Amino acid sequence: MKKLLAALCAVLTISITALSQTDIDGIMMEKNAFCIGPMFGYSSWKNYWEGTLKRENLNLGTLSTQMYSVMGNYGITNKLNVLFGLPYVKTKASAGQLNGQEGVQDLSLWVKWKPFSKKIGSGRLSLIAIGGYSFPISDYTADFLPMSIGLESKNLSLRGMADYQRGSWFGTISGTYVRRSNIELDRTSYYTTEMHYTNEVKMPDAASFNIRAGYRDKGLIAEAVFDHWNTLGGFDITRNNMPFPSNEMDMSRIGFNFKYDMPFLPQLSLTGNVMTTIGGRNVGQATGFNVGVFYVIDFSKKKKSDSDKSKK
Amino acid sequence: MINMKKLYILLLSTPLIINSCSKDLTETNMQFAALQPTSLDINAGTWKPILLTGPTEFPVAAPIAVTTPDYIAQINEIKTWQADLTKDEKAIVNYWSAGAVLRWNEILRQLVAKHNLPPYQNPDGTYPVPNANNPLAYPQFPFANPPYASRAYAYVAAAQYDALVAAWYYKKLYNRPAPYVTDATVNVLVPKSDLPSYPSEDAVVAGVVGEMMKLLFPGDQDFIQQKVEEHKKARLIAGANVRSDLDAGEALGKAVAQKFITRARGDRAGTAGGSLAIQSLFEQDCIARGEIPWYSQENPKRPGMLMLFGRVKTWLFDSITMVTTIRPPAPPSTSSQKFKDELEEIRHFSTSITPEQRAIAHFWADGISTPTPPGHWNAIAAEDFVKQNFSEVRWARNMALLNMAMMDAAIVCWDAKYVYFNPRPPQMNNTIKTVTGLPNFPSYTSGHSTFSAAAATILGHIIPSNATKYTEMAKEASLSRMYAAIHYRSDCEKGLESGNKVGEYAKARARTDGAE
Repeated sequence: MKKLLAALCAVLTISITALSQTDIDGIMMEKNAFCIGPMFGYSSWKNYWEGTLKRENLNLGTLSTQMYSVMGNYGITNKLNVLFGLPYVKTKASAGQLNGQEGVQDLSLWVKWKPFSKKIGSGRLSLIAIGGYSFPISDYTADFLPMSIGLESKNLSLRGMADYQRGSWFGTISGTYVRRSNIELDRTSYYTTEMHYTNEVKMPDAASFNIRAGYRDKGLIAEAVFDHWNTLGGFDITRNNMPFPSNEMDMSRIGFNFKYDMPFLPQLSLTGNVMTTIGGRNVGQATGFNVGVFYVIDFSKKKKSDSDKSKK
Repeated sequence: MINMKKLYILLLSTPLIINSCSKDLTETNMQFAALQPTSLDINAGTWKPILLTGPTEFPVAAPIAVTTPDYIAQINEIKTWQADLTKDEKAIVNYWSAGAVLRWNEILRQLVAKHNLPPYQNPDGTYPVPNANNPLAYPQFPFANPPYASRAYAYVAAAQYDALVAAWYYKKLYNRPAPYVTDATVNVLVPKSDLPSYPSEDAVVAGVVGEMMKLLFPGDQDFIQQKVEEHKKARLIAGANVRSDLDAGEALGKAVAQKFITRARGDRAGTAGGSLAIQSLFEQDCIARGEIPWYSQENPKRPGMLMLFGRVKTWLFDSITMVTTIRPPAPPSTSSQKFKDELEEIRHFSTSITPEQRAIAHFWADGISTPTPPGHWNAIAAEDFVKQNFSEVRWARNMALLNMAMMDAAIVCWDAKYVYFNPRPPQMNNTIKTVTGLPNFPSYTSGHSTFSAAAATILGHIIPSNATKYTEMAKEASLSRMYAAIHYRSDCEKGLESGNKVGEYAKARARTDGAE
């Protein structure tokens, strides 16, 4: 169970929150600008859903996940960005004997493209497509949930997004389909709802839906976020069993994000968010936060010829 | 512009990439070919049974002649089926053609895995006990933990062996040919065999195993009965058996099962769960010896698993032999330097396990929701037996030797665990964290080590060319428990030793059962 949450938190944290130019928001980096920065995230849960049954586990106590990551976003053009994220994840249970796990998790790469941006009414509508790929870059195991730091699958995601801004207020809506590769366990058989005599586990695909709205203007973004993750298949954790990577993991979360550009150095921004889980299945009821510091480096020739203090 | 083009290509090709990689699994047990025994073992009716007084204890009536209208009607029944076989029907023929003993062993492993879940506590912090008379109420009966599982595998395998010895006796006696021999127009969908078909060995296995499983997994009767029917149907529609072959076989199997069910009811496993009062006696005894006793590390504290399993009736030796010659010596005293050194060794593993060691720990973990270590060794044996092309009766004999050895290993190991009542590493040093669930029973000796050594010893006798491989696997299984930080080195080494001793008793039986 803990494993599951940890994995999900690690995966979802990245996609839900983080810097203001991310794979899940409606903002693009300008051409030749590169935004990069470290982030720290913490989330924990005490209760989890065993199937649909909400319970605690005295032999796990509270499962916490810490995440240290680096994210970056480069503007190839004003309409085409590439992004990456790489987290180091550490899990810990406050009770029981299970050993916490830690390690570099999955490298995520995205291409973000804004083919359409047009004034409509008194606002501007943008349509954005994001293709993503993530894969483990260390040999952590997914077969030790909830202590595992990830689910091991290689994920190909395709996201469609619409963003509408009117004055300083905006709303963004997106839907994502995640194709997940099968994973391999360190054992030669396993039981789901029947025995499987192979080390390979069929990972169900997943879909997610994200809606965010709030204030967005020069120097400040403040937004509320709702995110729903739905595993398209999989099975429930049976009574008093441990979670398994191909469980049907679903979760709905709400949160609040902000990004604040430093007035004295607009290239430097602080980001942060808080989020909590309001519903789920085979996942922990996690609550957590992230904070990050990002810096924009402008590689355009025009800027280079100017002095460093040039405004973007 | 160039970037744009690349992006288009990426976006357009994404669905292709997505659709080109199939997620379908290739499961090893579905790759097994139809069984074609290298030997019919036609004289297996003379092999020494385990419980039966002899192969004729449960008589099988002579079959009707192949010239009778009744028999001809049975042949026509096959032909009627075969005139219109569905894809699913052909699939079950293929599935069961890999071998009756093999497939029922797989089904048993699945039932064990399904039921290998510890009950959740009551609101007052006590634990409910599964009830065989109300198996579907929570907690479902049984909790198929490793000792329970070892017993299930052993009873099924032993009963199946005796039933097949009897079947082989009558096969040779009556010598009724297969339907495709008596009528050449019967289309046979499985490899042909010269083995007499009455009584059907497949139906014997379905009958005996089905009955044993209903005792051991009473909540799964519908599932078990459905498999019995499917198995018999597979043989009928394959043209391998007429209905009277199947009926006689199933009846024989069921009759033999009753003898083993009677033994099971009296083997003391029913009271092996013990009680907190009994656990307290083990604890006080341990304290009186000046040792630190084991305590459950679960919250709330769970009574030790099957604390009286060490008193269950053994197969291969008697209880006096077990206590005098097989029971391992006392573990290092909890106050000794050796104990402290061994504890430190485990603390080291818990903080500096390598990815390879963790993979080994997980490969052998065989924890909750798995077929348990005895099930793992059944899987190992089954994959190797498939390559040997054993007859069904030899399959059954080898599985019986393996599983009687592992059940006796469980009894020997559980005896030591509660006699010595030795604490686990995380109890002695709470900074020790594990990479698999901490078993809820005393440490000494390691169950994995005992099971694995017993299995490796008898399997190495059955397939001598694999003996070294099995020994290495047993050592790795043993070490995996140290990597996982749940056992000391002494637990593992002494477990291997007593497992080897148990395995030797199985070898002694193997040499004298008439099959070699």
